[in-house]
Amino acid sequence: MEWEAPAIVLDARPFGEGDAVVTLMTEAHGLHRGLVRGGNSRAGASTWQPGNLVLVRWVARLTDQLGNFTGELVHAGAAMAMDDALALAMLSSLCAVAEGALPEREPHARVFQLLLALVPRMPLGSVMLPDVVRWEAALLSDLGYGLDLSACAMTGEVANLAFVSPRTGRAVTAAVSAAWRHRLLRLPGFLTGTDGSDAADWRDGLRLTGHFLERDAFGHQNRDLPQARRMLYDRVAALAGGSENSDTEQQDA
Amino acid sequence: MGGPEVDRLISLLAKLPGLGPRSARRAALRMLLAPEARMLPLAVALAEAARSVRPCGVCGNLDSRDPCSICADPERDASIVCVVEGVGDLWALERAHVHRGTYHVLGGTLSALAGTRPEDLNVAPLLARVGQGEVAEVILALGATVDGASTAHWLADRLRPLGVAISRVGQGVPVGGALDVLDDGTLAAALRGRRPA
Repeated sequence: MEWEAPAIVLDARPFGEGDAVVTLMTEAHGLHRGLVRGGNSRAGASTWQPGNLVLVRWVARLTDQLGNFTGELVHAGAAMAMDDALALAMLSSLCAVAEGALPEREPHARVFQLLLALVPRMPLGSVMLPDVVRWEAALLSDLGYGLDLSACAMTGEVANLAFVSPRTGRAVTAAVSAAWRHRLLRLPGFLTGTDGSDAADWRDGLRLTGHFLERDAFGHQNRDLPQARRMLYDRVAALAGGSENSDTEQQDA
Repeated sequence: MGGPEVDRLISLLAKLPGLGPRSARRAALRMLLAPEARMLPLAVALAEAARSVRPCGVCGNLDSRDPCSICADPERDASIVCVVEGVGDLWALERAHVHRGTYHVLGGTLSALAGTRPEDLNVAPLLARVGQGEVAEVILALGATVDGASTAHWLADRLRPLGVAISRVGQGVPVGGALDVLDDGTLAAALRGRRPA
């Protein structure tokens, strides 16, 4: 058995002294693990950093075996993001969320394509945060936990949507949500097509998708939201000037 | 093969980095052929090291003294602290004789996937050292990996309010390296880190 495909490196765990068990995402094969000989060696480790785009070849005797990856670097996404704390936090979060939320060997072409478009643009910094939130919403949707932001759950209005129910994931307008606003999640305008966003919007967006990722995508596996995702939220919350960190995020949700 | 004692010796040696079962057998045989010359001195050295070597209470280096010989050296510039991931990195810098300040060993890097959290690292003593006001510069000498860079950014965020100068080790073209064999990431880092000639 063998195949060759472009892939995004999501994780590389040391195996033995110089090898690594690498988790990749490809368009046709979804999340896929494999052994890389020398993947943790001095020469090989730079290729298998999370966030790198690689052209990979997988070989195994049977389909259900771990198999071996060989590959070459196409784009050093990790190195490009390393100098900027926010870019690196976004890249780490994307990789950790994909690695933890997606099932193995199940194609999620849309999630892959969106991630492929996102990774090389991480060095642009904070302007990429709306796209990170949109990618998380797309991931939730692909996993069957999609948010319904098309119309108000109570009135059917399509304009002035301002909050999301943390229980159903459906949007509501500001007018009808006044009484229990404190229990709802804020819906940032960039998720409903409004132009422009600021740090508070990015924080609200991350809190919104973070709640459903934690409850559904990770909660159903009895796993916590990845640390990298929490650190991204904390960094963006600090940018927004609030004192809310990921612990508050959990309590709020 | 040679009784349970030999098997146990080989299996223990095989667990050491760089040694597999085959090389462990060779090492065991070499020792067993001259126990007085090779085996007993090694056993004594191992026992002494296990008994006396401890992490330094100041920097986390491994030494038989506490504070370690580096922290206790009056010739060292205690106002410059080089933060490294592990003792192996500290030894590498010491081999190169390039740093005359002191060190701080973190004991790892933050890793979402390996589950290493900030509280798992030796960070509080570093912040306490810097907070005492005797440190002028902290050099973050962590690996050029996603985990190393994430840890460096995270540490810098915590050190910045303490008013200390923070620097990171450079990345780029290695000494003796040619540009055409470097990977894209290293080349990009080298260009970003260029300086006036």
